[in-house]
Amino acid sequence: MKKLLLFALCVCTWSAWGQQQSTLRAILQSDAQWYLRDEVLDPSGEFYPDERLLGQGFALFTYTDGDFSAGMRYENYQNVMLGFPPGFRGEGISYRYARLNRDRWNITVGNFYEQFGSGLIFRSYEERGLGLDNAMDGVRIITDLGHGLTVKGVLGRQRLYFGKGEGIVRGLDAEWSINDVLPVLSAQQIYATLGASFVSKFQKSFDPILNLPNNVGAWATRASVNFKGFAWNTEYAYKINDPSYDNGYIYRPGTAFLSTVSYSKKGLGILASVKRIDNMSFRSNRDGQQFDLFINFLPPTTKPHTYALPALYPYATQVNGEMGGQFEINYMIPRGSKWGGKYGTQLSLNASMANSIDKGYLEDGTRGEKGTQGYTSNPFSFGPIVYFRDVNASVARKFSKKFKSHLTLFNFQYNKTVLNDGVGDITLLEAPGTDSVIHVQAIVWENQFTLPKGQTLRTEFQWALADGFRGDMAMGLAEWTISPDLTLAVQDIYNYGHPSESRRIHYPIVSLIHFNGPTRVQIGYGRQQEGIFCVGGVCRVVPPSSGLSFSLTTSL
Amino acid sequence: MLSGFFFSFMKYLIHLLTLFITVTLSAQGLPNAEIQNLQGQTLDASSLQNEGHPMIVSFWATWCKPCISELNAFHDYYLDLEEETGVKVIAISIDDPRTMSKVAPFVAGQAWDYSVYLDPNSNLRRAMGVNNVPHTFLFDGDGKIVWQANKYVPGEEVELAHKVEALAAGQPIE
Repeated sequence: MKKLLLFALCVCTWSAWGQQQSTLRAILQSDAQWYLRDEVLDPSGEFYPDERLLGQGFALFTYTDGDFSAGMRYENYQNVMLGFPPGFRGEGISYRYARLNRDRWNITVGNFYEQFGSGLIFRSYEERGLGLDNAMDGVRIITDLGHGLTVKGVLGRQRLYFGKGEGIVRGLDAEWSINDVLPVLSAQQIYATLGASFVSKFQKSFDPILNLPNNVGAWATRASVNFKGFAWNTEYAYKINDPSYDNGYIYRPGTAFLSTVSYSKKGLGILASVKRIDNMSFRSNRDGQQFDLFINFLPPTTKPHTYALPALYPYATQVNGEMGGQFEINYMIPRGSKWGGKYGTQLSLNASMANSIDKGYLEDGTRGEKGTQGYTSNPFSFGPIVYFRDVNASVARKFSKKFKSHLTLFNFQYNKTVLNDGVGDITLLEAPGTDSVIHVQAIVWENQFTLPKGQTLRTEFQWALADGFRGDMAMGLAEWTISPDLTLAVQDIYNYGHPSESRRIHYPIVSLIHFNGPTRVQIGYGRQQEGIFCVGGVCRVVPPSSGLSFSLTTSL
Repeated sequence: MLSGFFFSFMKYLIHLLTLFITVTLSAQGLPNAEIQNLQGQTLDASSLQNEGHPMIVSFWATWCKPCISELNAFHDYYLDLEEETGVKVIAISIDDPRTMSKVAPFVAGQAWDYSVYLDPNSNLRRAMGVNNVPHTFLFDGDGKIVWQANKYVPGEEVELAHKVEALAAGQPIE
């Protein structure tokens, strides 16, 4: 027995010493909320959960040993919290993989996340804060063929809550870094990359009326060029006919185009982008809804706002068609100049817009009818429906070691009918003028004061005036950093101008946050407004709620 | 009696094993993970090193306000610290395709002197065990993580600057 133990000790010691690169990391997150019955917020009790207390969490383990890595994530929903997709129920290991990255090969078996280009035809990703996860389960092979050419192949099925979608997803992507064969470019500070990808899905069809394609293919090409501060990225995608729930089972092919030009030099950044999406919903289940089984990701080209009141008017990409663009400029008035002050002053201006695309009648006089080509469209013409407009400008300045201030002005046009109620453009085209576009003006003033004993106070004043929908609102927030590991935040939104008198109410929230290295514990108490909650460009509807919340996150 | 001895011996062994494994499992620099530079070229994160000097790796995003506050606040100390201690800041943006193209012009507009990389597929983020941003790691000259914080509160930049100075002076980090 002793010999055996000694042997085990030797083996472990040897393997531990021999592999200096091995690491094991873990992330743990746990959230819970105890819901309280709030008759002001939710008079009929329709949002009050039967469980009273809902809790969920996950733990992700990642082991890396040189060129080998493996990981798993355990998830637990008892039951899923309000606002998350109700499909998450119960517990289990939802993600596990093994990966070897040796020589020119990177091979993953099991679950993986991957994207081709900007994801117009393939992106599997997770957004835990929103409960989104379309991880692939299968095989991914990445190989470096030399001469700057990298090829990726993926094969598998997609995660759907604790199960998988029935559709099979196959994809191939090639990216070529031209600098590897033309080093002269690097000498001239030119960096160029070309890419192309092909993705296809298979789902057997059993429709008694429509002859639905079992296989649907999509391809995309992209190019990126950088020259001294200038950058140009462009991508075009095409998808063959793919009748689906999203597009009303029409046979029109889909297209997407995205192009961005930017200029960056220390102190100045400028960006302009244009985008057109036409019938590009691509899921591994043609009948999929909500966020289920999306194969692709169509990035919205608007600025995601983080201040609470402007964030109540978020934009989400309209997969059936949208056309728009964005312009942004960031400038730093230099330190020590007359206008820049001692620390410099930051200015930024951002403008973005999105409209519907042109959708005309087919020769037979129909538009959007199931089983047809759907519609005709001039790719260079905007559609008549305004989805979103946003112009915002901000100035930020540090006045002294003890005081910083940041002022932002916003002006939105927000199509509530499309973006909040989810009404499709075809419906609105048939009944012009029935949509309601809300005009919102908002101002946010944020200040930060350094107090004695290393304490700080951060305040926000927000004011949003809207001619409908949520009406006028004002908000105040104070965040007091009592010590480096303890923060107390108090905020209140007062919806004093809501069109409905019974909803002219306060939404107060108090939270206490404790930090310890990578650990964060947060306890909150208050009332959460109904709204659309977004992370990194994807949004989800959150019902109103009241109660006591708890959140723990740590990484080890 | 014998079994008692056996158990304490076992406990000792397990303790020893845990110690060995803990020592050797501590990280050595950044793990293998595919990331991109601002010119769109792909590279392996493990190639980012700072030749025996301390290194700060900060995960951030253009849409994350506390992240930007942190990187801005630390920047006031950075130029002097870099000169005195050789410390380098690697700012890893986790911006996804929606905001990825904004990173370069945004960084320019902030006039940061940091080395900025993109992790659009969250490869490095997952490998480093980063759940939310901001998440900042301080590596010592041997590539070992000596401090990390999964948040930013105003004033933390001072603490971080002190830790970097202590590291460079060969003092232990709490």
